[in-house]
Amino acid sequence: MKSDFPLFPEQASTVAGSVDTLYITLVVVTGAVSLLIWIAVFYFAIKYRRRPDNELAQEIEPPMALELAWTIIPGIIFIGIFVWGAWVFFRIQRPPDNALEVYATGRQWMWKFQHATGQREINTLHVPVNRPVKITMASEDVVHSLWFPSFRVKRDVLPSRYATMWFQATKTGQFHIFCAEYCGTEHSKMIGSVIVMDPREYQQWLAGGPEGSLASQGERVFQKFACNTCHTGDATARGPVLAGLYGKQVMLTSGNVVVADENYIRESILNPQAKIASGFQAIMPTFQGQVSEEDLLKLLAYLKSLTPPQPQSRPLAPESPASLIQSRGARATSPATASPVNQGNQP
Amino acid sequence: MTSQTLHDVRFSEPPRTRNYLNVDYGVFSWLLTRDHKRIGILYLISVTTMFFVGGFFAFMMRLELLTPEGDLLTSDTYNKFFTLHGIVMIFFFLIPAIPGALGNFILPIMLGAKDLAFPRINLLSWYLYTIGAIFGVYVIVTGGVDTGWTFYTPFSTQYSNTKVFATTLGAFITGFSSILTGLNFIVTTHRMRAPGLTWFRLPLFVWSMYATSVIIMLATPVLAITLVLLMVERTLGVGIFDPTIGGDPVLYQHLFWFYSHPAVYIMILPAMAVISECVAAFTRKRVFGYTFVAYSSLAIAFLSFLVWAHHLFVAGISLYSAMIFSFASMLVAVPSAIKIFNWTATMYHASVSWQTPMLYVMGFIGLFTIGGVTGLFLGALGIDVHVHDTYFVVSHFHYIMVGGTVMAYLAGIHYWWPKITGRMYPEWWARLSALLVFVGFNLTFFPQFIVGYVGMPRRYHAYAPEFQVLNVLSTAGATVLAVGYLLPMIYLIWSLFYGRKAGSNPWGAVGLEWATTSPPPLENFHETPVVTWEAYDYPAFLKAMRETQHV
Ligand code: HEM
Ligand SMILES: [Cu+2]
Ligand SMILES: [Cu+2]
Repeated sequence: MKSDFPLFPEQASTVAGSVDTLYITLVVVTGAVSLLIWIAVFYFAIKYRRRPDNELAQEIEPPMALELAWTIIPGIIFIGIFVWGAWVFFRIQRPPDNALEVYATGRQWMWKFQHATGQREINTLHVPVNRPVKITMASEDVVHSLWFPSFRVKRDVLPSRYATMWFQATKTGQFHIFCAEYCGTEHSKMIGSVIVMDPREYQQWLAGGPEGSLASQGERVFQKFACNTCHTGDATARGPVLAGLYGKQVMLTSGNVVVADENYIRESILNPQAKIASGFQAIMPTFQGQVSEEDLLKLLAYLKSLTPPQPQSRPLAPESPASLIQSRGARATSPATASPVNQGNQP
Repeated sequence: MTSQTLHDVRFSEPPRTRNYLNVDYGVFSWLLTRDHKRIGILYLISVTTMFFVGGFFAFMMRLELLTPEGDLLTSDTYNKFFTLHGIVMIFFFLIPAIPGALGNFILPIMLGAKDLAFPRINLLSWYLYTIGAIFGVYVIVTGGVDTGWTFYTPFSTQYSNTKVFATTLGAFITGFSSILTGLNFIVTTHRMRAPGLTWFRLPLFVWSMYATSVIIMLATPVLAITLVLLMVERTLGVGIFDPTIGGDPVLYQHLFWFYSHPAVYIMILPAMAVISECVAAFTRKRVFGYTFVAYSSLAIAFLSFLVWAHHLFVAGISLYSAMIFSFASMLVAVPSAIKIFNWTATMYHASVSWQTPMLYVMGFIGLFTIGGVTGLFLGALGIDVHVHDTYFVVSHFHYIMVGGTVMAYLAGIHYWWPKITGRMYPEWWARLSALLVFVGFNLTFFPQFIVGYVGMPRRYHAYAPEFQVLNVLSTAGATVLAVGYLLPMIYLIWSLFYGRKAGSNPWGAVGLEWATTSPPPLENFHETPVVTWEAYDYPAFLKAMRETQHV
């Protein structure tokens, strides 16, 4: 429950505890040192206050050992803080492989979330408890920053570039979402809630998706922009085969090798001339200004779904929820279950 | 015997001579002056005025934040107010305040020089400052600006429809005034020291100002470049920072902080300069670990250039660059810690006076320590992810810049007031306001650490109800703080007319500025001083003063 005088936000993620532990340790250590300094200042100020018999102070030659001690000891302590902080940071930054994928778009002044199963929400995000969730996000305009205080994670959302963050909620309930980077007039209204549900309720909630999975929506975008005229899926076509591209290394005509991550794919769509895959001509037109941020995320989900399925990277809960979705009437083409070949060949 | 000598020095009333204040009374004798002391006073008046302008915006923000709803100001007005508060306080107060007002006045005298190396350039620097400030005031009266003092792109270049161009132009011009001041200080320190005043006899004030000037000269041009790029993109639409036209928004953040992190040391090193002088004067003792304190200023100047990306830990820099910048941020805290320890140790077996400047010094040590250790929290990556862009950061830098720099500014003004004006301020009123400032400050800003950790983002016009209690405390504190800042305005002006006359050396302090009359003559010294004593060497200084007992 929310008290009137809270000292901590709720601890509702796997990393919250380790952030708070470091924080409390620092409060205690630095608090103790600060206290010692203040006590020394006050004690000296009173003990050695100016009196007629000490109009002039006694000169003391500073011992070198003392100077070195208070240079080196704090230095060591500070480096210790650095190491601990970096260790926590690694936990915060590195998403586990089996995370549930969610896509987010920030714009003045709202958050839009898209789920792999096709649900879209504004300023509200539903996630299951005890399950890592990875958010891939971009901004449609200025820099925003997505912050979940109760999860102790935050990440700037940049225009024209994908950023990712992840968390694993440990408590069901409703928690704040804030935009942390100033973004204009209604910055303080760019807020919302994350609703952490137990897996069963979450599955029920997911079942409400009317528009088909994000990947299948992406497939429609793929067709709408006629990407398939060149990317036919045939190795001899004018455009490279996209199935299995995501996460793979790509050889460029420049001789460099890059990993086809989210930002590479994004750039290949919006600024195709920037990097040309070796063996192909620079003939792809740019889609800058034609594809919206949300459609880009759909395309991304679609291209990722073309990857040969791996057992750990299923975006849905372990107890094969695809059947669950099907039985509740959602479309059957969940990205994890449909085989890439099938998807690629759909008319 | 010694106390007898001190008494002589403190109260020997110099015969009324011509001094820099009474040589001429005309308006142009001020506006066209080349005297570093008069230019110092021009700065003193301008920066203090800007301080109250910035303070007005702060106070309005605190009133708005009394309630969670955004009810007093509109969102746009609130956003403009925090932007203007930041810009006025940083560019027009904190950066120029101590170097411009106190540095200009005192530094040449401390060196035993007649003036700075380039008096005309010094006057030019004040005019550049003033032109920049006029741009600032123009923006304020014609509708304001809402980008935050950080001008992050692409918001500032493509989305804001407020007066961004005029504001950045103002900041750009003011930057040159800093550069000219820095140039003057460096050359003067190298070339114009009195006979006998070797580098290691320099007051620590000079060391710190020197380090500040180095940072100013190296970093400010980067700000100028960054602001020009910003203006070019905004007016001509050339894609530099806006990704939709081919730019990179994070590049802006790198460039901005490459200046602005060193700039935080442009703001704090002069404060450390003042504190070192006041500690020595009000403990009547050589600053403990003189060489360590002196070198720590240079270490700060150097390291301050290596930590800028700690403002970008969640902006998308790689894991490894985050690690490097976190590590460097920890190192930059060491020289600050050295200073705190040495100042505290100076008080050991000292003759500590409880006069106002010393009260500010004690306040400074208390507050700067909190500001510094919370910098460690921010430098620790795992914590920064959570508290970045929250009230925790707001509180951290106010502890440094208000608890540090403003406290030191007030300490310095009280300390050198008798030298500048020839009059004493009323001690008890001054003590009262120092106390109000200390209490008010803590009440204002301590709750912000908590509310930031609990989850209140910065730059929020309206906030979640559970943050209210802490915000009300903060606003209450701001009221006390406001009284603490207004009181000195009243009694200092009063003292110009009714204050007790000050002798040459009312504190019994060591330093060339106390070896000349109060106020000093136009040429600073009646005869060129020769320095025979080490820095802060009380017995030797007093002996030298007795021998050359000037008339
Ligand atoms: C003791 C050494 C210090 C360390 C390790 C340190 C560390 C940091 C870090 C990591 C941040 C970024 C926080 C964030 O935005 O997430 C920060 C912010 C800031 N610090 Fe410090 N700091 C120190 C001293 C100072 C000093 C001496 C000053 C000023 C004179 C200062 C002024 C600021 C300002 C103005 C900001 C916030 C800027 C903004 O975001 O608007 N800091 N500090
Ligand atoms: Cu925002
Ligand atoms: Cu910094």
